[in-house]
Amino acid sequence: MAAHMVGSTMHDQPAEPPSSDIPQANISRFKNKQKRAEMYRKMKAQLKKQKLKDKSRKKMERKALGDKAPPKKAPKTIENMRVYDETMVDPQDEEVAHDEEHDEMASYFNRETQPKVLITASDVTRFKCKLFCRQLQTCIPNSEVFARRRSALKKVIPQAIERGFTDLIVINGEKKLPDAMLICHLPDGPTAHFKLTNVKLRKEIKKCGETTDHLPELILNNFNTRLGHSVGRLIASLFPHDPDFVGRRAVTFHNQRDYIFFRHHRYIFRNAKKVGLQELGPRFTLKLRSLQKGTFDTKFGEYEWVHKRHEMETSRRKFFL
Amino acid sequence: MAALMNNVWLGTETGILKGVNVCKKIATNYCDLKKLDKEKEVTAMCWATEEEQQVLTGLRNGTVQTFDLEKGEFTDQQDCSGAEGVFRGLATHGDAVITCVESGLLKVWRGSDKESTEIKVGPNVRRMRQNPAKRNLVATGGNENDLKVWDLQDPEKPIFRAKNVRNDFLELRVPVCVNDMHFIPDSSKIVTCTGFHHVRLYDPSTPRRRPVLSVEFDEYPLMAMGITQGGNSVIVGNTHGAMAHIDLRKGQVLRAFKGFAGSIRSIECHPSLPLVASCGLDRFLRIHHIPSGTLDNKIYLKSRLNCLMFSSASFDTVDPEEILKAKERPAGPVDEEAENIWRQMEEVTEGSTKVKRMVSEVSTRSTTKRKAPAET
Repeated sequence: MAAHMVGSTMHDQPAEPPSSDIPQANISRFKNKQKRAEMYRKMKAQLKKQKLKDKSRKKMERKALGDKAPPKKAPKTIENMRVYDETMVDPQDEEVAHDEEHDEMASYFNRETQPKVLITASDVTRFKCKLFCRQLQTCIPNSEVFARRRSALKKVIPQAIERGFTDLIVINGEKKLPDAMLICHLPDGPTAHFKLTNVKLRKEIKKCGETTDHLPELILNNFNTRLGHSVGRLIASLFPHDPDFVGRRAVTFHNQRDYIFFRHHRYIFRNAKKVGLQELGPRFTLKLRSLQKGTFDTKFGEYEWVHKRHEMETSRRKFFL
Repeated sequence: MAALMNNVWLGTETGILKGVNVCKKIATNYCDLKKLDKEKEVTAMCWATEEEQQVLTGLRNGTVQTFDLEKGEFTDQQDCSGAEGVFRGLATHGDAVITCVESGLLKVWRGSDKESTEIKVGPNVRRMRQNPAKRNLVATGGNENDLKVWDLQDPEKPIFRAKNVRNDFLELRVPVCVNDMHFIPDSSKIVTCTGFHHVRLYDPSTPRRRPVLSVEFDEYPLMAMGITQGGNSVIVGNTHGAMAHIDLRKGQVLRAFKGFAGSIRSIECHPSLPLVASCGLDRFLRIHHIPSGTLDNKIYLKSRLNCLMFSSASFDTVDPEEILKAKERPAGPVDEEAENIWRQMEEVTEGSTKVKRMVSEVSTRSTTKRKAPAET
C-alpha cells in the first residue's frame, strides 16, 4: 500500500533538473528506503542521458571540424599501462644475444637439429586427453603420440633421447579434461609447465577445416621479456624451419596478459585487401606456471622461474612474459 | 680504479665476471663477450689475498683466471684441471691455490715449484669451503659424500668425518646430500645444508660425529647458505627461490625473505653490515636487510648468476670525491637564527646506530656552517 502511494507521488513531480537556487537534496539522507532507491534510479538515468548527449555532441563537433579535429586519445588498457619491467629484452643487447646463442635451444636455431616431438598423456588417460593428443599431433609436424602405459616420466626421458626426440609434450588431465601441459626440451632441458584451459577440440569448433600435411608457419606474438624469450624459443623449437607456404597453414601462439592463446588457421588471400581465415583446430590457452632448468625433475630440479601467486600478483598491470 | 668501488662481484653462467656498485646501481662486465663460450662458465670464485686486490675465478674448462682490480683486467691464467668435473670450490692459502673438482680431487697448487698436494675427498662433491680463521682447514661434502674436514698439512686422513643420521622410523637409511657448508667463527662447529632440505650443525670438538642440531626448512633442496656476522644464524636458499633466516641456537626459522622467482645459487652476508646478497637462476642480484627483511636492492644482471662475493668497498652512497668537492664549495649567506639553533642543540652520544648516523650528519653540517663566517 505504502509503495503504491510513494509511486504515485513520484509521478506527480515533474522530472526536471533542480534549479541552481535551491540546494540539491542529498539522496543518501532520505530516510524512506523506497524513495531513496527511486531517486537514485532517477539520478542514474539522468546521468546516463547526459553522457549520451555529450557523446553525440562531441561526435558532431568532430564531424564539423573534419580534418582539423584533434586526434582521438588511445584507450587505456591494462596492457598499455603495464608496470615497467627491467627484463624487457632490447634487440640490440649483446649480452642477451650471447646468452641465447649458447642456450639449450641454440642447436635448433643454428639448424643443426630437426625437431622430433613425442606427445604423451598422463597415466590414466581420459578420452578427451587422448583426442587432444591426437589433434595436437596433426598440428605439430614430425610428432608421435605414445600411450604412457604407466611408465615414469624420468624413465621415458632417457629412452626418448636415445631415439632422437628433441621435445617431449605431456598432457595431464583430471576430471576428464586436459588441464596441464608440460613441454620438455631434450636432451638437457629446459622444462616448462603450463596450465591448460579452454580446450576446444575440432568437433566443438564451428566450420572447422581439415588439416593438411604442409609444414605450418609459426607466429609468436608478444614474448618480450627475458622469460618470455626463453618460453618463446622453447615453443619455436617444436616446429621445423622453412614452412611450406603453399599449404597456407599458420600456427599462432599469441601472448596477451601472460595467457598464451594457441590457434591453428588456414588463410587465403581473397583479393588485394581481403584475407579469409579458416580455423583448423584445436584451440587452447596456456598459462606458464614454472620454467625449470634441465629435464623434468620436480624434486631436485632447479627452477628458473616459479609463479608464486600471492607474492608476485601484486598488480593487475604486472606481466611476466 | 672504478673496479675498486664495486661492492659485489659475481660470476655468471655465460662466463662474464660482473662487478656491481650497489650504491650507484651500476653493473659492469669485465669480459670480452666474443671470446666467451659455454666452457668458460664461472663456477667458483674467491679473493686472491685478504687485501682484496685480485679476484680468482674458476672456469668450467679447468682454468683459474686472475682478475686485477687496480688494472681492471685479467692478468693471469693457470690451468688447474686435474680431474673430471667443474670446480666446486676455490680458495687460497698463502700463495697457493686450493681447487676442488666435482669428481673429488682436492689439489693445492703452489705457484713457484709446481709442487702440489692431492687429496681424494670422494665422488660427487658439491662444495668445498675453507675455514677463514684457520686457512689450512677445508671442508668438503656432496651427494652421498658426507661432510669431511681436512687439514692441508696432514692430507692423509680427514680430521673430522661426519656420520649419517640414524635410520628413519621405517628403519631405512637416510640419503646424504651436502650442498653447502660453513665454518662457524670462533668455534669448532660446522653448519651444512642438504639436498633433503635440512640444515645440520656438527661439532668436531666433541666425540659425537652425528649432527648436534638438525632443522628442516621447506620441501625443496637447499642450494646455498650464508653465515651471518655473529655466527649464531644462517641464511639458506632453495631451488624454488625461498630464502630463510635460521637460528642455530634454537633451530628456528626466524624469517623468510621475499621477492625471489628462481633457484638461489649463492648467498653471502656482508662481513660488517647487516646485509645479505643472493643471486641465482632468475638473473637478479638481491640485497636484503637482515633484521627487517626488506629488499634493499634488486639489480637485473641479464645472465644466470652462479656465485657472488662482497668486497670491502664502502656502502656509502656519497662518493669520497664528492665530499671533498662539497667541502671546497664556498658557503652561502649565513642564517643567524638557524645558526643559533644549531649552537644551542645538545649533542647526543648514546643510542641506536640510526640516531648515531643522524647525529654525525648533523655535526658535519654544523661544522661546515661554523667554518663559513671565518672564511668570509
